[in-house]
Amino acid sequence: MNVSVFVSTFLAASIEVIEMVAIIVAVGVTRQWRGALAGTFAGLVVLAILIAALGAALQSVPLTLLRLVVGALLLVFGLQWLRKGVLRVSRDGWATGIGEQQVEEDVGDGFDWTGFILAFRGVSLEGLEVAVIVVAFGAAAHAIASAAVAAAASVLLIGSLGLASYRLVARIPRRALQLFVGALLTTFGTFWAGEGLRVDWPGNDLSLLWLGAGYVATALVLVRVVSDWRGSARRPTPQPAAAGVSR
Amino acid sequence: MILWRLTKVALKWWVVTFVIGDDWRVAARIAVALLATWGLVEAGVAAWWLLPVAVLYATVRSLHRSVVQER
Repeated sequence: MNVSVFVSTFLAASIEVIEMVAIIVAVGVTRQWRGALAGTFAGLVVLAILIAALGAALQSVPLTLLRLVVGALLLVFGLQWLRKGVLRVSRDGWATGIGEQQVEEDVGDGFDWTGFILAFRGVSLEGLEVAVIVVAFGAAAHAIASAAVAAAASVLLIGSLGLASYRLVARIPRRALQLFVGALLTTFGTFWAGEGLRVDWPGNDLSLLWLGAGYVATALVLVRVVSDWRGSARRPTPQPAAAGVSR
Repeated sequence: MILWRLTKVALKWWVVTFVIGDDWRVAARIAVALLATWGLVEAGVAAWWLLPVAVLYATVRSLHRSVVQER
C-alpha cells in the first residue's frame, strides 16, 4: 500500500464524492427515492462500462466539455427549483400545511424520470472525475491499487454519512427544502459550468462554499422581497375622488 | 417511425423539463451569460463573477414577472 497515494487520492476523491452524495440525497428527499436510486445505479453501471472500456485512457476524456454541458443544464434546472421555492415560501411561509401538495405536483405516483436523470448526471460526471483522479494519482506513482482502494473508501465513508443524514434532511418542510436544493443545484451548476469555461474560481473547490452561502442568502432575501411585491400588489390604490375629499 | 416519434416525445419532455421550465427567459439569460463568460475568459479577463451576477439578475427578473402575472 502506497500511503501518500492513498491519502492524496482519498482527499481529492472525497470532494467529488461529497458533491455526488449531496445531489443524490437532495433529489431523493425532495422528489422520489426510487428515481434517485435508479439514476445512481444507472450512473454507476455506465461508469463501470466506461472504466472497463477505456482503462488508463480515461485521462483523455474531455472533462472540461462534460463539466460545461452538465453544469449548464444543472444551473438552469436548479434555478427553476430556486425560483419555485422562493415563490412558494413567500406565498405560504416556511412551515408545512397549505400549499404542501403543490411541491410534489410534478412527481406523481409513477416513476420519477426527472429525479432519475438528475441523479444519473451527478453520479456519472462525479464518478468519472473520481475515476480520472484514481488513474492520474495511481498511474503517476505506479500504485493504481492504492488509489482505487482510497476512492472506494471515500465512497463508502461519505455514502454512509449521506445515508445517515437523509432522515435529518427529510424533516425539513418540503417547500423550504425545494428552495435549499434549488440553491444547491444552482451552486454546483454555476461551479461546473464555470470550470467547463476554464474560469479561475477564487479558492478553487472552496468556492462551492461561498457560492452556496451566497445563493442561500440571496434566496432568503428574495423571499422577503417577493412577499413585499405581493403585499404592495394587494394594497388598494387610492381613488382620485377619495384623494380630493382628504384635501 | 415509432422509434422516431418516441425520440421526439422524449426530447421534447427533456427540453421542457430541464431547460425551459416555467420561464424560458431564465435559460436564455443563462445562455447569454455563459457565452459572455467564455468571451471574457478567452480575452484573458477574470470572469468568475459574471455567472453568479447573471444568476441573480435572471432570478429577480423571472420572480418579478411571476408576481406581476399573478395580479
